Amino acid sequence: MLENWVRDRFPGRTTAGGAIASKHLGRPTEEETGLLEGLRAGDEAAFERLVDLYGALMLRVARIYVGLGVAEEVVQETWLKAFRALGAFEGRSSLKTWLFRILTNTAKDRRAREARSAPFSSLDDGLYERSAAADRFLDPERPGWWSDPPRPWDVPHDSLLAGEARERLIAAIEQLPQAQRTVITLRDIAGWSASETCHALEISESNQRVLLHRARSKVRRALEDYLDEEREG
Amino acid sequence: MSVTELTCQEIVELVTEYLEGTLSPLDHERFERHIAMCDGCSTYLDQFRDTIRLTGRLGEDDLPAQARSEFLAAFREWRDGD
Repeated sequence: MLENWVRDRFPGRTTAGGAIASKHLGRPTEEETGLLEGLRAGDEAAFERLVDLYGALMLRVARIYVGLGVAEEVVQETWLKAFRALGAFEGRSSLKTWLFRILTNTAKDRRAREARSAPFSSLDDGLYERSAAADRFLDPERPGWWSDPPRPWDVPHDSLLAGEARERLIAAIEQLPQAQRTVITLRDIAGWSASETCHALEISESNQRVLLHRARSKVRRALEDYLDEEREG
Repeated sequence: MSVTELTCQEIVELVTEYLEGTLSPLDHERFERHIAMCDGCSTYLDQFRDTIRLTGRLGEDDLPAQARSEFLAAFREWRDGD
């Protein structure tokens, strides 16, 4: 039923087999070309630069799929795969998205092995969720309009990011389904563009947007709940 | 309410598309028309933007020194092994 609801309102939006975003974004940047040459020549400084650029983010993304201890191994395995594949890297994508593609595939494989459960299949999870609880639009006079509208947040950002609000924000992100969490991590935490994110995760632009929207909606909701509690408490 | 106007419930589903600039020109216009006259949705949009901004300030952790040196060790091993 919910699927129909979405389909009616968003014709053309489907989860199945959406084409991978193929709009051309992809070739190494000038810096990356230099790094690639350095890596192929065994230049440690080039590798260190790569670690500075992406190491922390790689670990953060790996942690979405596996536990803390294993995350480091996943990143390590990613580097090894990348080193071995350097010779074959043809520069049809940026080095960054290529690296993260290896990383997410490695992390998903590892998770599937560790859990001995169904392999990660949730890149389209959450596509049919709603953004705000349906019970907030129950005004019988005006169906679909706010009956319980959000109240403005009259709180400065700095105090929002101190203490408990920050913890709630982090917890809300940690509770997201993996695909949503990965997308919001790359887009909103790391500041990647939509097309970079699509390339790294091998998902379509529209799926990327839906996952991002679901993730942001839940995080907004978590902050709203927290601030409402504070107001009432 | 005319049939072509978006409801609040539709607006909340479209916020990311609006911010990404991927709405059709017609929907973009409808979206803005709705926001201009609806306090609830205007608040919602503000909160959504705040959420994005706040999330953007989480990305400040450093790579643990131990992980860093393990990565470097792997690099050397690969370089010297092949």
